[in-house]
Amino acid sequence: MRKGIVPLAVFIVLVVFLGIGLTLKPRELPSPLIDKPLPAFSLPQLSEPQKALSARDMLGKVWMLNVWASWCVACRIEHPVLVELSRTDPSILIYGLNYKDKRDDALKWLARGGNPYRASLSDTQGLVGIDLGVYGVPETFIIDKQGVIRHKQIGPITPEVLQDTILPLMRKLGA
Amino acid sequence: MRKYFLWLVLCCAALNMGRLAAQEAPTLAKDPALEARMMGIAQELRCLVCQNETIAASQADLAVDLREQIREKLQQGETPAEIRKFMVDRYGEFVLYKPRLSSRTLLLWGGPFVLLLVGLGVLWRTVRQQPPEPEAPMTAQDEEHARELLGIAKERE
Repeated sequence: MRKGIVPLAVFIVLVVFLGIGLTLKPRELPSPLIDKPLPAFSLPQLSEPQKALSARDMLGKVWMLNVWASWCVACRIEHPVLVELSRTDPSILIYGLNYKDKRDDALKWLARGGNPYRASLSDTQGLVGIDLGVYGVPETFIIDKQGVIRHKQIGPITPEVLQDTILPLMRKLGA
Repeated sequence: MRKYFLWLVLCCAALNMGRLAAQEAPTLAKDPALEARMMGIAQELRCLVCQNETIAASQADLAVDLREQIREKLQQGETPAEIRKFMVDRYGEFVLYKPRLSSRTLLLWGGPFVLLLVGLGVLWRTVRQQPPEPEAPMTAQDEEHARELLGIAKERE
């Protein structure tokens, strides 16, 4: 009887570890930028390239920075959710970071699917994306009044994520 | 040997300067020494798009961009350690294929040694638990029996 206990214990430990391994999501990495100030940037706006928008312009506001691109497939799932949000609750500030995209393609994409963004910033080289640690579009950052990143959503915002995580957080921060 | 190497480096640098003067900024990718240094750093960094590939090996768009970043930073005179910090600041410890020793990675670094110790412990116990059993000396009866059996075996041959 006692002989069987050790292999059984090893087996159980193994099953527990494998079980934990199965529930991990290796695509969703914890961002080191959480609770850090938004990296400084100044980028031309997509609709009016002569106008720039910088990180400092946004101080004092609770806002959402959504990284998107016309070539991004998962963005198609997310886009209607954001369009709907911009219609039902205009007090939520949604800004876009148009990541490594062609301006014409991006404008066409917004014309077709609707534009939920107060403004989109053109990051054609993807350099601001690198500073933000973007590795899989779409990604969304929630930034507080002090300009600190409070949350990062990796992958598309679903209605559930929006209602359960993002909106409660933004309301708590004072949006 | 070292002197020779230094001359070689100086010559390369001089050649490059000539090139810079002759034509407009050649792309750095064409500088093999820089390319080699860049690849050396990129080989220790994980690509976040295809997570089992290094930034050196990956064809993902992001990896191409990050290789360019490393090139630019090397050209600006940043050290490999500074470049690694740049990556960790943005993508987290996960980008390092060789994680730094910290309280969070202690199990990762120490785990194999703990397992080795456990293995040695088990080995030690197993070896100690089986002392060679002293064989009882053969009695006269046993010897008689053995001889009998051998005799039978001989007869059968």
